[in-house]
Amino acid sequence: MDVYLPIANLSVNGLVIVGLGALTGVLSGLFGVGGGFLTTPLLIFYGVPPTVAAASAATQITGASVSGVLAHGRRGGVDYRMGTVMVGGGVVGAGIGALLFRFLQSIGQIDTVINVLYVLLLGSVGSLMAREAWQAVRPPEGGERKPAMRRRHHRLIAVLPLRWRFYGSGLYISPIAPLLLGVAVGALTMLMGVGGGFILVPAMLYILGMSANVVVGTSLYNILFVTMATTMMHALTTHAVDIVLVALLLIGSVTGAQFGTQVAQRFKPEYLRLALAAIVLLVTARMFFGLFVRPEEIYTVVPL
Amino acid sequence: MKWLFLLVALVMLSAQRDPILVPEVSQDDVQVQQGFTGTELLLFGAILDPTGARAGRDYDIVVVLKGPTEPIALREKARVGGIWVNADSTAFQSAPSFFAVASSRPIGEIVDERTAAIYELGLDYLQLSPTGAIDPEEQARFTAGLVDLRSRQGLYKQVTDGVQISEQVLYQARISLPSNVQTGTYTAETFAITRGRVIASAVAEVEVRKVGFERFVEVFSERQSLLYGLLAVLMSVGMGWVAGRLFALI
Repeated sequence: MDVYLPIANLSVNGLVIVGLGALTGVLSGLFGVGGGFLTTPLLIFYGVPPTVAAASAATQITGASVSGVLAHGRRGGVDYRMGTVMVGGGVVGAGIGALLFRFLQSIGQIDTVINVLYVLLLGSVGSLMAREAWQAVRPPEGGERKPAMRRRHHRLIAVLPLRWRFYGSGLYISPIAPLLLGVAVGALTMLMGVGGGFILVPAMLYILGMSANVVVGTSLYNILFVTMATTMMHALTTHAVDIVLVALLLIGSVTGAQFGTQVAQRFKPEYLRLALAAIVLLVTARMFFGLFVRPEEIYTVVPL
Repeated sequence: MKWLFLLVALVMLSAQRDPILVPEVSQDDVQVQQGFTGTELLLFGAILDPTGARAGRDYDIVVVLKGPTEPIALREKARVGGIWVNADSTAFQSAPSFFAVASSRPIGEIVDERTAAIYELGLDYLQLSPTGAIDPEEQARFTAGLVDLRSRQGLYKQVTDGVQISEQVLYQARISLPSNVQTGTYTAETFAITRGRVIASAVAEVEVRKVGFERFVEVFSERQSLLYGLLAVLMSVGMGWVAGRLFALI
């Protein structure tokens, strides 16, 4: 089924794009991540111009996170106060990201920066997750398992002034910390075309010390609004949002997400985290080697 | 019509012995819309003696189909500290977005290098107007890189036996446009060549444009960016919400 993408300026097999959307949808349903870290590189691999791929992937993530936010919100799994502070930071971050994007593009290093960022971020998050999941899965060796470490926010967070109470997260900390986290993730969203869930979730758990039952919901809430801001930013500056591409991706991802959620209920969360860690590390390894191997295309054309 | 007749009569009356080319393109308006997967253009025509008879001698035909030119920067990756990054770059003021050459025999056998360069006959003679690199060797390397890249994307091509000539009168060439072509005005130039000299040439234009929904989306995203972005967000949220509701019912 050939579909012409009016902004990307090429004809693609619609079923492949829907399938790609479904794959990321299943992942997001299974693991609670947006799947942007797979969509963008795969679209580029398929021949979609990088900017169009990143912009359209961001728009797709908006749609993919809606049902998640609604589901988590219904059972009180979203700390709206915390989420809104992060969104505020995220919008600023998206603006900073857009400036960075333009600067890096003008000196021709955007691809390298994106790839190195992917390797660093995915690599560290992946190994962190793998270690944590492996410890949970492994049968306890002699004696009983160590009691879970008490959840605490990082020491640096405690010194920040102006404390607010975040009831959902069970925290009494300065809003500056989540604001800065929001800025960082917003910039990454704009740069890499990812939702940032794979960075937000561990950061909320280990740096802010939020209670685990609101982490995924709040992360999705943040992603929902930050990807909206990113879409608007792209629509206004790069004109790279391909609405046909987004629609195709969404058809796949919204159905895939439901399927993934069903499957996820049959497995233990530790095994799921281990599987996600394995996928993340695989993608990282592929990208890491990609940096050193002679690329297929030595030359790239940039319109002036 | 009258004028055309007068013009033809004038040409016929003149003592000039050079033949006239009458070119035609199968499609002078290529519409890019849903389901467009590229198209094949048939460039054909006749070569006539001024007296109206057939030219009656052997000649070669070269057809050049050229897309709109654009200024581009071309970046070259190199190994820096072990990893591959963009290192060198150059700029071309007039890189054609599409360039296809079809000829009845290999270009090298039809004309000499100088003539080929003057008429831009062949991928080796592209006039890209480089502004970046001054060093001719470096320029040649970048040009080769661009030609190689776009050849593999199906945007630049050269077919040495792409033109068929029948009975020394009619010629035809088929050139395929891939789906990733840029929209704009394309020019199809036909050259009749004997003994290394271009004896006649003619130009036909082909308009490649988006129509219908595709045109609407492109114009909408450019002119009403804010509204377009809002619509994209709304569509995304709407589809996610509807899917969530639908599956909740099952």
